[in-house]
Amino acid sequence: MGELAALLRAGGVRVGTGELLAAHRALAALDAGDPRLGRAALEATLCSGHDDLAAFAQAWASWRLGAEADALRAGAGYPTPPGLDEALRSLLPRTHLPGSADEGEAAREPVPAAWSEIELLLEKDFAAYSAAELELARVLLRRLATRGARRLTRRTAPSSHGHRLDVRNTLRDSLRTGGEPLRPRWRSPRLGWRRLILVVDVSGSMERYARMLLMYAQAAVSARRGVEAFAFSTSLRRISHELRGRDPDACLARATEALHDVHGGTRIGACLATLNRDYGRVVGRGAVVVLCSDGWDRGEPELLDAELGRLRRCAYRLVWLNPLSANPTWEPLTRGMAAAVPHVDHLLPGNSLRSLGELAGLLEGL
Amino acid sequence: MADGPDPIGEVQRRLAADGYLAGPELGTVLHLACALEQPLLLEGEAGVGKTGLAVAWARATGARLVRLQCHEGIDVHQALYDWDHARQLLAIRAAEHGGEPVELFSRAFLLARPLLVALEHDGPVVLLIDEVDRADDAFEAFLLELLADFQVTIPELGTLRARHRPLVVLTSNRTRELHDALKRRCLYHWIDYPDAQREREIVAARLPGVSEEIALRVVEAVGRLREQGLYKLPGVGETITWARALLALGPDALQDTVGAVLKVREDIERVRAEGVLEGV
Repeated sequence: MGELAALLRAGGVRVGTGELLAAHRALAALDAGDPRLGRAALEATLCSGHDDLAAFAQAWASWRLGAEADALRAGAGYPTPPGLDEALRSLLPRTHLPGSADEGEAAREPVPAAWSEIELLLEKDFAAYSAAELELARVLLRRLATRGARRLTRRTAPSSHGHRLDVRNTLRDSLRTGGEPLRPRWRSPRLGWRRLILVVDVSGSMERYARMLLMYAQAAVSARRGVEAFAFSTSLRRISHELRGRDPDACLARATEALHDVHGGTRIGACLATLNRDYGRVVGRGAVVVLCSDGWDRGEPELLDAELGRLRRCAYRLVWLNPLSANPTWEPLTRGMAAAVPHVDHLLPGNSLRSLGELAGLLEGL
Repeated sequence: MADGPDPIGEVQRRLAADGYLAGPELGTVLHLACALEQPLLLEGEAGVGKTGLAVAWARATGARLVRLQCHEGIDVHQALYDWDHARQLLAIRAAEHGGEPVELFSRAFLLARPLLVALEHDGPVVLLIDEVDRADDAFEAFLLELLADFQVTIPELGTLRARHRPLVVLTSNRTRELHDALKRRCLYHWIDYPDAQREREIVAARLPGVSEEIALRVVEAVGRLREQGLYKLPGVGETITWARALLALGPDALQDTVGAVLKVREDIERVRAEGVLEGV
């Protein structure tokens, strides 16, 4: 509410504490749920003249997008790239999302009333996405993928409160004061990206999630260096090269082609063994490894246990995304998952945009 | 550099004289690197002799070896030059007290780091830029000017050219993919593990005191280990270490000295459990 008020003020509307209180009372009086009613109530209480309506419409639109972006950002101070809001606005529908009617299952589910249609999209399980929703989600997904874990590098940059004396610049400055180094200058370590390794299960049981997770991987791999992507089912393949590029569709098509022989059973242990042995140097040390799998493993749990242990020891953090864990009654009972849980630092569902937003927040907090 | 009717054979012979046995492919690219004055980028598993090649070639040709070990965060001031700030400060003080006024940013106050040493050396130089994959993109970009024209720019001084074009050898362990721009300026060679015959010759060349029996057993054992899909495969360096261990303890100590080649606990346990080394 405060943000909306700020937006309105920026648009030239006089919004004081009194108006805000009235707006809160109006919302409380309504049975919150229908966004149209909410909008009408706010418009009525916050606007005081015809001139204000246009400003309100604008503020409302950007506030909804902002709230939506906040939900994704999970509180991290991350600036929205300029122009993105415009792009989003043109892409996102104003009223209802198409496509939910032709999916009988999803349509019959009771859906909690929300202020924004995008909220629905955020919560929606990837498996229930329609083609149109997939397109919408893609924009948000790409934005999520630009967020990753940071680390202090061994490179330094000038800073006002560093811990290492910058002799070069101190001396240069001292020439102004007759060679007397009066003002010390400092350097401190620079922030860089931490390596990110995405390992996506593309076996039959994961198919509906793998599509979105590969999209996420594509965006992440293309967004910055130091991101590697692998896909596996019965065997493991590195797909970083295929996924890297500006045209997401072409990249995904290339990756799919490279994976034409997969989609079968799952042998997580054996695939992680390949990852550890053949790609040990690619994985390297100190990376965040994100495994996306439902944990249905047809291989031996002992192997999975050993290889996951090895991976955990080489990695900085090991994150497991298991779409099944979105279900509150889910427990890691499959043999594979039971073997995996002790090694995993964070277990997230990764089944919706909201959950991938959580992942991004987690990565940024590491 | 190696002229005559068989320049590649000549390269191999000169390396062999220093105890480095190079295959014909490696001999060819090294000859090309010398003839075309292009940097040579070597990749391969750990311990296959990437660094060793540069060292051996420098010794074989009597060139000065300048080595730059790359590491995370390496920058221009560690690789190329730095200003001697302490001396600059003293010079300012001296000038204050009536000394000669000095130009603070002149060659006299410049500390040469490996790359500058290589460029300024008056004579043939082999410049080894080791494990370049450990440095970052920014450093790679900085190397481009050096590798293309063998010149570097120091903002305060201007552009410095190499007196003799050094033979540049870059090595990479492939912890990350190098930038295409860097690769484009180099000749590329992937050094593979040598076959058993050549590896025995390498052991014999590096350890003249080793008996035929030890060389045979060690090379056979290492060959088996490399087929096992271990976490860490033993390189040629490990073979030589193992042979040296057996030279000290006798050929029957093979099973007990496995720690000379395998450094991962799971690998050792697996090799023991599966009896990989039985009957070697």
